[in-house]
Amino acid sequence: MITDFTPYASLFGGILIGLGAVILMAFNGRIAGMTAMLGGVLEPKNPDSPWRLAFLLGAIAAPFIATQFGAEFSFASPTTGVVLAIGGIIVGVGVTYGSGCTSGHGVCGLARLSPRSLVATLTFMATTFATVTLIRHGFGG
Amino acid sequence: MNRILSALVAGLIFGLGIAISGMGNPAKVLNFFDPLGTWDPSLAFVMGGALITAAFGYRLLFGARSAPLLDTKFHLPTSKVIDTKLIGGSALFGVGWGISGFCPGGAIPALGFAPWPTALFLISMGAGILLARRLQALPRRQTA
Repeated sequence: MITDFTPYASLFGGILIGLGAVILMAFNGRIAGMTAMLGGVLEPKNPDSPWRLAFLLGAIAAPFIATQFGAEFSFASPTTGVVLAIGGIIVGVGVTYGSGCTSGHGVCGLARLSPRSLVATLTFMATTFATVTLIRHGFGG
Repeated sequence: MNRILSALVAGLIFGLGIAISGMGNPAKVLNFFDPLGTWDPSLAFVMGGALITAAFGYRLLFGARSAPLLDTKFHLPTSKVIDTKLIGGSALFGVGWGISGFCPGGAIPALGFAPWPTALFLISMGAGILLARRLQALPRRQTA
């Protein structure tokens, strides 16, 4: 499935992602890691749950509101059903053991020059590349 | 209350960024990892923009202030341990990301503009998180 190369939109979106992370650090003193954010929601008694929930709701609401004003975001999921569910379970287990994902390690961690996050990011980028290559091109390439 | 409001604003900007960047589009994300096929290098611009903004922003912030505006200290991860848990977990995350094209930060905002099949992914991911937490809570064999 071909997707358009969108350097300007992607760069602009990326800057907004970084800006969101900086705002959360400036006001709340917190890392904008989606894994921690979701973890907080799964434990309602955690005192951090309310602000984490607010961040998650904001992240869902912004694109929703934008679409109500006519914005369109391209979306296509090549996987669905059982395969997507298996992928989801693996992601959930992986980010819990790995203590973070693309936002926590890949953006916030690397921005703080954390060696742990560098190792984590290089590892998941490598296994993602390997998985996609294996699925799309098989063992022979 | 203010902390909740500031987190909401940060989340709004973060989520809009994910949607505009294409990070919430599994087809686009997967194409980044397929230079041998239908390659789409856009993801490099997302990561580059986010990383440079966060790195400069954090640097300015930590240089200017010793505490955030609404708390008494910056809550930064203190662990320096690089172990099999970190590497194994990250490796596993990559496998799931490669299968689905969804990462947690991409999927949450995608729920706002493509509820299906994003919800299926998020429910499964939630199950995976709970499963891993259950496993981590099991008593360990004593090795000492």
